[in-house]
Amino acid sequence: MKELKILAVVIFFTLVTYYGVEPYAHHQMHKKVDAQGNEIVYESQDFKYPDLKAVTVKGDAAAGKAMISACTGCHGIESQKMQAPMDASASAGAYGVNPPDLSNAGAVFDEKFLVNFIMNPTHTAMVEHKFKEGSGKTYPMPVVAPDPQTAANIVAYLKSIAPKELTPKEAFVAACGRCHADRYGKWTQLGDVPKTKPNITTHQDPEMLAFKMKVANYQDSLAKYMGKLPPDLSIMIRARSEEFMEHFIENPQSQLPGTAMPRVGVSKEGFEKVVAYLEETGDPSKPKRQAVGPWVLGFFFIFTLLAYLWKQAHWRDLH
Amino acid sequence: MAHFDKAMPFSNKWMDQRLAVNTLQRVLSTEYWIPKNINFLWAMGMILAATFGILVVSGIFLLMYYVPDASNAAAFDSVNYTIMSEVGYGWFWRHIHGVGASLVFLIIYIHMFTGIYYGSYKRGRELIWLSGMGLFIVFSAEAFSGYMLPWGQMSYWAGMVITNLFEGATPDVLGGALNFPHFVEWLRGDYVPGQAFLGRFFMLHVLLMPLVIMGLIVLHFGTLRIPHVNNQDGEEIDFEESAALWKAGRKKEAKVIPFKPVFLSKDVFVMGVYFILFFYLVFYHFEFAMDPVNFDPADPLKTPTHIYPEWYFLWSYEILRPFSKNVGLIWFAFAQGILMALPFLDRSPNVAPANRRGLFGIWFWLLLIDMITLTIMGKLPPTDPTFAMIGKVAAITFISLWVVLPFITMIEKPVGGKK
Repeated sequence: MKELKILAVVIFFTLVTYYGVEPYAHHQMHKKVDAQGNEIVYESQDFKYPDLKAVTVKGDAAAGKAMISACTGCHGIESQKMQAPMDASASAGAYGVNPPDLSNAGAVFDEKFLVNFIMNPTHTAMVEHKFKEGSGKTYPMPVVAPDPQTAANIVAYLKSIAPKELTPKEAFVAACGRCHADRYGKWTQLGDVPKTKPNITTHQDPEMLAFKMKVANYQDSLAKYMGKLPPDLSIMIRARSEEFMEHFIENPQSQLPGTAMPRVGVSKEGFEKVVAYLEETGDPSKPKRQAVGPWVLGFFFIFTLLAYLWKQAHWRDLH
Repeated sequence: MAHFDKAMPFSNKWMDQRLAVNTLQRVLSTEYWIPKNINFLWAMGMILAATFGILVVSGIFLLMYYVPDASNAAAFDSVNYTIMSEVGYGWFWRHIHGVGASLVFLIIYIHMFTGIYYGSYKRGRELIWLSGMGLFIVFSAEAFSGYMLPWGQMSYWAGMVITNLFEGATPDVLGGALNFPHFVEWLRGDYVPGQAFLGRFFMLHVLLMPLVIMGLIVLHFGTLRIPHVNNQDGEEIDFEESAALWKAGRKKEAKVIPFKPVFLSKDVFVMGVYFILFFYLVFYHFEFAMDPVNFDPADPLKTPTHIYPEWYFLWSYEILRPFSKNVGLIWFAFAQGILMALPFLDRSPNVAPANRRGLFGIWFWLLLIDMITLTIMGKLPPTDPTFAMIGKVAAITFISLWVVLPFITMIEKPVGGKK
């Protein structure tokens, strides 16, 4: 009995310390406060984007297809055999960043977001603070179709050509991959790192060097455009909490006011796919942990039980 | 001249003639006497030894793949990519190593407070306390140097902050006698933490510190031998008399038990319970031991919003932080050294649980609560005036507690060994 009381005291003080330095401290460090010092609690919006205008008109995919040339002046749609007019490096030189290929856009982005984005890009992407009038900067995406019907038609077309199911990597590439590298996933802003072989006599790998040069130039343009090079996302899933990632991707300004990161407008499903990819590269041991854990704990339960019986055998007749 | 009978090679007799294995076995385990009147807190020493063993083994596996290269996030990637993704079960060893480093300090603190509570640092046991505190300091150095190795943001910036402490006081104090500006650069081998810094801390972590720890563990065990382990009531036991009773089979009357198998059987049971917790944390709750900030690679151009040490250093960090630079450094140095002096600051001859020692009992619980308060405040943002104030009060309380200790123990009434 006495031992259990002592154990209770030890556990109590351990838990108080744990609570103080972990959940409580992290809450205090990361909480947002307004000018009066009151805490701002961010309400998750489940990737529904309630601040954007609801889409009341029904899009017509055929009508959208008819006017897709309004988009392909800058964007490629590889799945429909439409090449972008410039390659990624040249685009980055011209715009700061490469306009995305639209093949998978309908599968990863929210429909309402896309319609609003076509009608009013800077507002929808929450980058108005960067492209204020008089700043001398213009957002590369112009207002293509200010009326809801045209926008809805284009979105209907994009959805009609999008694959039903994307792999986590495809979702990541479509939503994040033009600005963020993921070196553990061997992904650069210009695509997968090519498999090359160094020259056996010189030990040099000109093909790889050329690729690296291209990436370096692209990153240079991107860093100028964004203010700094967007971080590599290899292990971001361990560096930020999943909650932060969700709120940040849903509404970057709410977590990091003034950030150059745009609201990219992923759907709930798109977000889950992106997180799945980030887990693949940043926390690949998760399935293995879950498989091995119960066996190891089971072993120690049996070990402890046997040890208890051993202890009892020796201590039973000591008092 | 030794006498060697004919014996089967490697038989017990053969081994005994050459290595005195039977004597060793008797002296070190079957006739190494431990008091019977103990509780599970007496198993913490063995738990620490086991955890250290686990840290060494997991560390050896990690060492096979770790690359101490500060350029281009190479060290960072060797930990976070090579070990976590490419090496089979690399994640397992890393999580064990990270969780073990944190738990070893939890157990060290429990072990220390057990010693303080039961007065196990005086009447012949002073060297146990001193060698134990030596281990605490070297373990701290080991933990800190290990924390540099993943070369993440917290490694880099904690390294920056802690090495900056060695600059000493500001130049206006004592004509600059306590100001050592170039010492910091000498320590780092550079103006900022870089390759030389990482290489040095790597060597300290994998070679020098572990060697010193192993030596000190042997010394720590050695210091136990003559004064023997304390017991729950601080009772002075005639170990020879009690051992004779045990050997005569009068186990109920003997106040002692042999290390092997009786004490060991309880140790192993407590260890089993501990390993359930340990591996639960390894598999399901390792985040507490691996700070998220350290999963961003070191970036000299980007200071993290909050820089804080691992939880086990927070209490002494919070004695440094609330004061101005010079004052903070003095109290920080005070806090590092004062625990060492405990056997000499406690002026009472009583060896008894703190709760039976009047004012010392209050002192003990105040110290515990105060150190936990310091620990928590050490992590909370000091920009909040309430936290800053609580931290400062707790720091002053810590200093005051040690100042009053000699006086309250001087007036302490004698307590009987057994209640």
